[in-house]
Amino acid sequence: MQLLTVKSLSKQFGGIRAIEDVSFGVKAGDILSIIGPNGAGKTTLFNCLTGFMRPTRGSILLTDRELSALPPDSIGRLGIARTFQNIRLFREMTVLENILVAQHARIRYGVVSAVLRSTAYKDEEKSLREKAVEYLELLGLEALAAKPSGSLAYGAQRKIEIARALATGAGLILLDEPTAGMNPLETDEMMALISNLRVMGKTVLLIEHDMKVVMGISDRIVVLDHGVKIAEGSPPEIRSDPLVIEAYLGRETH
Amino acid sequence: MNGMTMKRSFLFRSLIIPLWISFLFLPFKGLLPAAVLFVVLSVTIPLSKALAGYLKEIRLPDLRLTRFVPAGDRLGLLLLVPALLLPFAGDNYITDIATLAGIYIILALGLNVVVGYTGLLNLGFVAFYAIGAYGYALLNTRLGLGFWSAMPLSVLSATAAGFLLAVPAVRLRGDYLALVTLGFGEIVRLILNNWDSFTKGPNGINGIAAPQVLDIQIGKISLYYYLVLVFVLVTVFVMRRVQDSKTGRAWIAIREDEIASAAMGISTTWHKLSSCAFGAFWAGLAGTLFAAKMRFVSPESFTFMESVLVLCMVIIGGLGSIVGVIVGALVLVLLPEVLREVQMYRMLALGCGLVFLMIFRPQGLFGGKHAASDR
Repeated sequence: MQLLTVKSLSKQFGGIRAIEDVSFGVKAGDILSIIGPNGAGKTTLFNCLTGFMRPTRGSILLTDRELSALPPDSIGRLGIARTFQNIRLFREMTVLENILVAQHARIRYGVVSAVLRSTAYKDEEKSLREKAVEYLELLGLEALAAKPSGSLAYGAQRKIEIARALATGAGLILLDEPTAGMNPLETDEMMALISNLRVMGKTVLLIEHDMKVVMGISDRIVVLDHGVKIAEGSPPEIRSDPLVIEAYLGRETH
Repeated sequence: MNGMTMKRSFLFRSLIIPLWISFLFLPFKGLLPAAVLFVVLSVTIPLSKALAGYLKEIRLPDLRLTRFVPAGDRLGLLLLVPALLLPFAGDNYITDIATLAGIYIILALGLNVVVGYTGLLNLGFVAFYAIGAYGYALLNTRLGLGFWSAMPLSVLSATAAGFLLAVPAVRLRGDYLALVTLGFGEIVRLILNNWDSFTKGPNGINGIAAPQVLDIQIGKISLYYYLVLVFVLVTVFVMRRVQDSKTGRAWIAIREDEIASAAMGISTTWHKLSSCAFGAFWAGLAGTLFAAKMRFVSPESFTFMESVLVLCMVIIGGLGSIVGVIVGALVLVLLPEVLREVQMYRMLALGCGLVFLMIFRPQGLFGGKHAASDR
């Protein structure tokens, strides 16, 4: 089943075409990587998918719901969660609170029952906290639950961002360079973690520079160059694609 | 190396603060008292720090009673005792100041929602205070409504004003938002000042009735003090519970990172609106209490300086911390009274104090890393 369908998506900033007529689809349960040289439009694509930028043309369908005109919070509630290239945690909140905030959209009680501490409030808060701890355990972060998230090590912060994205309950997770700045050991750990997301039934869209990660865990790969999709296929297909090699290594001139 | 710089900065702090305070006292009390003050402070400040560390280690015996009161609340309940006894212990003057402090606590807690939780700088918060105060004043003197029937209306109009101002304002960020709110505060004051036929202009409105509870006129200041105390407790109670709800968390999340909040499915627009309205609600309540206490309102009470004062209360105590804001309000109401003798230098002392606070504790007296999760 096609979970996400992007049809001739374009995004212009003034005269600059950041994304030009890009189309692709993501099957439910797949890991799809988006790769390309710097400035290829990968993050712009993510921003369009999550509503932070409005595409100039084209459409984005989540199953059959059109997303391209919706604000970010509506898209979040429809089931797309993301992480950010430059980590965006709620830094002064504890790790646990970060996860609690992520569950915001699922909470049903109102302000009045929160003030009165009704049973609805108590039950829901209790199950929220239990769930939050579960998400943290899933990523091995439970020991950090009470720490302010901004004070933690870089690798831990990346993981918290993923835990937070999972906690929204979204089916589609967009990861923007999750291994950036990590050492090889941490990178391996992150790879295992991303593969694990698939086991959990999540669909993953991944922007990544580390080719070992990309080739290791992707089901399909989309290659962007200067905003244009130049290739799409399985890892072996991409590895041998002449256009991709050219984009990454430059044209042979002799 | 690190330990050495820490030691040096500790020494610096424990000497420079007493030095500064005694220096401020020098012109008023002469050299000897200033020197004594310096010695006393330079001993007591490090001592109180050590004591605070020691107190943290003490564990209260786990009585059955304490189970029902969270650890953080025990101190609060302890403080309630002197608060309840105050009108018996002090004279009318002290009770009057304490009543005013209570009103400012409500007002500052309201602003804390907007600035402390949601991170929206509001420089015209006094406008909602004014709307609450004039709301009760006008409803009472023109329509003859009593305190309890006028209060919901005046509070509601302040809340509505907070919401309506926020509609255009939440599109703005940082400096721009501050300017728009500043402008709004001035507009409200100017309307009150110039609409003579309705608000009696700069002369103000007098003859406002005192509230009545069960046939008892709460005209006496000691009785009014208790009324305000009840409202302060209600405010703190509601504030803490809202802070611990999904709405409170969403507000704080927006302060921390608006973009990430939106990505989590939080409607940032709605939550900014609700935070402005919720903050204005308490300002309206504080205004109503103020009008009923003074029995007189005039535009003079709602100047820009008042907005700044309330903002200082929130910042001094520590943005986002309820305890901190209460302490901030108490300090800024009581300090000028204590320093009344040296009135001329009050603002100077306050300014110096703020500068030093920003150097030594930029997070405020009680705001820590956990200000956001202070509970």
